[in-house]
Amino acid sequence: MIHSLFLINHSGDIFLEKHWKSVISRSVCDYFFEAREKAVDPENVPPVLQTPHHYLISIYRGKLFFLSVIQTEVAPLFVIEFLHRVADTIQDYFGECSEGIIKDNIVTVYELLEEMLDNGFPLATESNVLKEMIRPPTILRSVVNTLTGSSNVGDTLPTGQLSNVPWRRAGVKYTNNEAYFDVIEEIDAILDKSGTTVFAEIQGVIEACVRLTGMPDLTLSFMNPRLLDDVSFHPCVRFKRWESERVLSFIPPDGNFTLMNYHVSSQNLVAIPVYVKQSISFFETGPCGRLDITIGPKQTMGKTVENMMVTIHMPKAVLNANLTATQGTYTYDLTTKVLVWDIGKLNPQKLPNLRGSLSTQVGVPKPEDNPSLNIDLKIQQLAISGLKVSRLDMYGEKYKPFKGVKYLTKAGKFQVRT
Amino acid sequence: MSTSALYNDQGGAEAAVEAGQESTPTSSGTGAAFGLFSTDFKKNEDLKEMLESNKESLKLEAMKRIVGLIAKGKNSSELFPAVVKNVASKNIELKKLVYVYLVRYAEEQQDLALLSISTFQRALKDPNQFIRASALRVLSSIRVPIIVPIMMLAIKEAAADLSPYVRKTSAHAIQKLYSLDPDQKEQLIEVIEKLLKDKSTLVAGSVVMAFEEVCPDRIDLIHKNYRKLCNLLVDVEEWGQVVIISMLTRYARTQFTSPWTEGATFDENNEKTFYDSDSEEKKEQTEAKPYIMDPDHRLLLRNTKPLLQSRNTAVVMSVAQLYWHLAPKHEVNIVTKSLVRLLRSHREVQFIVLQNIATMSIQRKGMFEPFMKSFYVRSTDATHIKTLKLEILTNLANEANISTILREFQTYVKSQDKAFAAATIQAIGRCATNISEVTDTCLNGLVLLLSNRDETVVAESVVVIKKLLQTQPTQHSEIIKHMAKLFDNITVPMARASILWLMGEYCERVPKIAPDVLRKMAKTFTAEEDIVKLQIVNLAAKLYLTNSKQTKLLTQYILNLGKYDQNYDIRDRTRFIRQLIVPNEKSGALNKYARRILLAPKPAPVLESAFKDRDRFQLGTLSHSINSKATGYQELSDWPAVAPDQSVRNVEVIEPVKEWAPLVGKTKKSKSDDKFYSDDEEEKEEEGSASSGNEDSSSSSEESDSESEEESSEESEKTSTDSGKSSSGSENSSSESESEQKKKKKTKKAPQKKSKPTAADSDSDENGNGPVAQASSSSPESSSGSETDSEDDSDSDSLAAQKKKKSDAKSKPKVEVKSKKEVSLLDLDDFSPAPTNAPKSSFLSSSLLSDLEGLSLSNISSTMQVTTPSFGPVKTYELLHHMTGKGLSAKYHFPRQPCLYEPSMVAVQVILTNSSDHSLEEIHIGERSPAGLNIHCFNTIERLEPEASVTVSMGIDFSDSTQAANFQLCTKENQFSVSIQPAVGELLMPSTMTEQDFTKEQGKLLGMNETSATITMATANTSSQAISKQVLSVANVGVVSSSQNNFHRFAGRTVSSGALVLVSLELKESSSALLTINTEKSVMASMLLRDLKQALTQA
Repeated sequence: MIHSLFLINHSGDIFLEKHWKSVISRSVCDYFFEAREKAVDPENVPPVLQTPHHYLISIYRGKLFFLSVIQTEVAPLFVIEFLHRVADTIQDYFGECSEGIIKDNIVTVYELLEEMLDNGFPLATESNVLKEMIRPPTILRSVVNTLTGSSNVGDTLPTGQLSNVPWRRAGVKYTNNEAYFDVIEEIDAILDKSGTTVFAEIQGVIEACVRLTGMPDLTLSFMNPRLLDDVSFHPCVRFKRWESERVLSFIPPDGNFTLMNYHVSSQNLVAIPVYVKQSISFFETGPCGRLDITIGPKQTMGKTVENMMVTIHMPKAVLNANLTATQGTYTYDLTTKVLVWDIGKLNPQKLPNLRGSLSTQVGVPKPEDNPSLNIDLKIQQLAISGLKVSRLDMYGEKYKPFKGVKYLTKAGKFQVRT
Repeated sequence: MSTSALYNDQGGAEAAVEAGQESTPTSSGTGAAFGLFSTDFKKNEDLKEMLESNKESLKLEAMKRIVGLIAKGKNSSELFPAVVKNVASKNIELKKLVYVYLVRYAEEQQDLALLSISTFQRALKDPNQFIRASALRVLSSIRVPIIVPIMMLAIKEAAADLSPYVRKTSAHAIQKLYSLDPDQKEQLIEVIEKLLKDKSTLVAGSVVMAFEEVCPDRIDLIHKNYRKLCNLLVDVEEWGQVVIISMLTRYARTQFTSPWTEGATFDENNEKTFYDSDSEEKKEQTEAKPYIMDPDHRLLLRNTKPLLQSRNTAVVMSVAQLYWHLAPKHEVNIVTKSLVRLLRSHREVQFIVLQNIATMSIQRKGMFEPFMKSFYVRSTDATHIKTLKLEILTNLANEANISTILREFQTYVKSQDKAFAAATIQAIGRCATNISEVTDTCLNGLVLLLSNRDETVVAESVVVIKKLLQTQPTQHSEIIKHMAKLFDNITVPMARASILWLMGEYCERVPKIAPDVLRKMAKTFTAEEDIVKLQIVNLAAKLYLTNSKQTKLLTQYILNLGKYDQNYDIRDRTRFIRQLIVPNEKSGALNKYARRILLAPKPAPVLESAFKDRDRFQLGTLSHSINSKATGYQELSDWPAVAPDQSVRNVEVIEPVKEWAPLVGKTKKSKSDDKFYSDDEEEKEEEGSASSGNEDSSSSSEESDSESEEESSEESEKTSTDSGKSSSGSENSSSESESEQKKKKKTKKAPQKKSKPTAADSDSDENGNGPVAQASSSSPESSSGSETDSEDDSDSDSLAAQKKKKSDAKSKPKVEVKSKKEVSLLDLDDFSPAPTNAPKSSFLSSSLLSDLEGLSLSNISSTMQVTTPSFGPVKTYELLHHMTGKGLSAKYHFPRQPCLYEPSMVAVQVILTNSSDHSLEEIHIGERSPAGLNIHCFNTIERLEPEASVTVSMGIDFSDSTQAANFQLCTKENQFSVSIQPAVGELLMPSTMTEQDFTKEQGKLLGMNETSATITMATANTSSQAISKQVLSVANVGVVSSSQNNFHRFAGRTVSSGALVLVSLELKESSSALLTINTEKSVMASMLLRDLKQALTQA
């Protein structure tokens, strides 16, 4: 299966390598560098590459490439999923997944990799299990360790590894028992020039943060489970209960995890919270163009739209932008040609507007196509699909936990064509 | 060190060392390389000192730095002696780091590595399973050939370890050893075979992985484990699921017949299979019948379906490919939604999923059409994602949605990503050729694009227009003219060449323009690209033939230029053309045909998807992704024309002990009779199927094999009434005697086995011994199953009883067999054998399943669990007497298997017998009451011949109450009201748990939920086996292993609501005992208590 792993930074240095079978020379990465060069943009590097003796499967995350070397047939998604799991684990352990963090914790990362795969086959990927074997670093613990000489490495087999609930470690104890659920929905939409919806759907996710003592068995039910068109669950969710009763019944992992992902079908009408009036034009004569964007609230269910942000990838020919914003600030990055307008809270009384001129390169024909607008926004305390959690029950433990549900709507891949 | 030059830019000095070391894998070369970098050398010197110090913390610090070096790819191999000393350290972290080091460098320092082996050998015996496992992990990772025998020994031992975690590790070690020394294959296969039988979900994934790596062709090892793997699948960890699913996909393709036979309405790709099976049908002359899916095939599909909801994209994809390759065509659609969901995932995941969808969408547009909008391209997508989406959109295009798609394409054409815009134009071209309605629209659109400012867009348009025009050149001289006008502005060679080719091909339609173009080209000939030059020559030749008056000189000029061109292709072409078109004395016969050669009507090119031929690879594989065969790729075989023997997958099932009043009989032959029902007829049918080789008889034998067990009891009863009718052919008696011989053999075997200790966990034990029994007799396993059963479950007196009762039944076996056989041969296909058979497969694992799904947190030992068979005696109840039923009689019993149709239903098997003298038709279930009663009816039985009987399965949801289910049993003429009243014990299903869990759960069900009574046990019932037997006869519960002798515990769940029912029996002095039932269903508890009390107090 997975033979070796190389971590490669943005500038093409290999800063970590791990081999699960015999050692493979770094030179195998040359094929990757070649492809990397050809692709220009790191996003465009093909995830699967073929070399004479090996296959290279890579992911790009946090400005890092995770490159794995494969020698025989294996499902590519298997490898990709695993690599992402590695990145997730690093993020989970150290708060972020970046070159600096990994270099600082290189021994821990190496030990983690050692535990995650055996002979190229995943051994332990559950964060709860790993944390029992290799404890994540905290300031307190590192102080204690240096004083007492104790270590971060557990000496017993994590209980989770063997039980029917491998995702939960045994003997969890908290003084404050709490369970929080965040229902986060993202609107994926494409609006065309005139503002009509070409395509819209809602992708939701329920993120949970559960800190409960013992072995709680939770049941989460919805007011309107029929909304959910397609779902995927954390392994802890009992699928049969969902099939028959449409409730989520599970023994949660300890800590943060994604309980479920869902999809609200595009058949339902999706409420689009904002409208955008825009005109971007480039003049045939003279090296300039005009830009005028106004944003207003549309279907916000009476909530305030926050963190509004508009991102525009300008054509290469646009040299500079000279604009005025009635609200918020705008920046134009000259090298990447990205215009970002950070609006903040959307005020329905006074609609934010951005207008001004764009200067283009002289002698270059005017850009063919107007750039599309990518919109970011947040609406607190609202699940745009209307999904509502009706109740959360706990069985199996005697105490009363503190429970909370939060709703949030965000723009996902929200694009306005111009 | 030539390679090191490559690294100057990125790896620096260390990389050079690394490379040098690579080229000489033994350590000899590294020392020299090291000398070059004295800084490293010094650093290592102090590391050595630290390692040799006495302070643990210093050592740890040093090891951390060394591991850091390894991680960065720097060499630290010369520290080996210093490091290896610490292998026996007490500090677990230090030890682990040493392991890491050892695994990395052992291969290079083989001799020194051997010093550490004894430490591992010791650790392999450690009481801590974690230490055993990690010792095996490291030992097997040390790639030193000398220790192969030690590894082999360690693996064999670990494979029998009590800890599933250690067994899992041994499965991994198998692969490592195999890659180190492939000669060990045979021995390793033995270990794999053993581990495949393991019931732990922890082991399953790893051992299948080992199987795939070591012996993927030994499909025969899977047979016996197939159903277990299917049933365990949901609970296996996600990575194991992927491996198991892909293995099962391959397995299924070799073992089942194609479910696609009727789906021939689909595309051309399936035609082949269609015809294949067609001819097969003709050959056999048996089947004009509908395809009946093998129940095992169905089992696989059913058990993988929930995994579509997995969060792991690899699992979802592998289920999708399983459905694609194995499911009947109309069922494949269920994977669509899940695949589309994956598109929200990471970029790389999207890439792979889109590739697979592209292949799928070529064959099955309908699958993804409703989700078309999910494939709309966003400007922020990566280029390869965009192209794939475009590909899929093009595949999905049809008359109905083409306008939407074209509108979408218009946006893409304007994209700033020019490569993508060009791909869009190609896509438009494909739509235009595939859908004739829009050809003109597309063409016009493309012509408009010719005035686009971007070069690549225009060039691509020209190329596509060229292809389109070829399909219908007559109407489009305008477009050709337009293109000629544009010619001067187009610089992309491919586009120029395309225009020139068009001019030449259709020069007669543009008689004025073509020569003029040629004139221009003559001027610029030398400056053109090769591809353009070739087309100029081409154009010149064609014009010479059609319009030699105007172009003769021009042509000659061009031919002359071509003659002295630098490119030999062009020189060749020129020479050839000259000979062909210019008549001279040397030119031969070809000259006459020049016109016909050059201006022959050419077939229009077919614009095809790049994914057209990808379907030769299994979806989701690496090979599919790179579109070429990857190393180690296993081809999916075609469906077999005839399904191989299905009985190979039968696992020894413990046959229910028959509750039977002892009767007089000849004990001597009794054993043979016992077998007579359970497998003699089956044998016969098996033989029959072997000889006729046809599919349906074998499937019927499948059925009867499960049937026979349950039926035998009432069969024999029936015989007494039917006896008069037997006219018994001689064949029967012969087969009987033959069967008797076999039985005798078995009776001999039985005592041997009996001598073995029978404990509660003999089930797993038996599994290990199973093959012996199988090997010695070719008859199917149910026989050996019944043997083991009798030894497990019943003490000697029940055995005797069994013998007696059998002998009684024996008096009329012939009739029995005969009628039975008739049924199966004539009618069985109509009865769809599926439902009756499948439950059997889940027999053994049913208790396991319920265990795994449950809340109970069984710990370490859970995998070694006592899956005590939960089968008590089977009681048969009358449903309809043949007098009231006008010849139709019906009996039912509870097979105590999980219901197939819905988990909340209780499975009921009904045996319908026609005791009248005419055949009964259309037997089905009519009205039912209470109205809301949820019954899964059996399929209507079209026809039941006189004397024939058939067993059908039903599912009834009793909602955990003993209220009778009333319904009507209808034939064509009559309707009979019948009712099934379940005993309370049948509303349960066994649940397996450990003693601790039991006590824990019991602790939660006190007070109101507890019912207890003190009873006086009958003396016969004091042995633990007798107690189990009695309890199991009353209720379908599972035995919980007990550490105390005077305590007996049983656990079950109610079928409908899944509420726990815990039964415990505490034996006190003399024969009194305390019987306690804990459950939230208090009504059930009191009823159950009553029944149990009755059973236990009776002798």
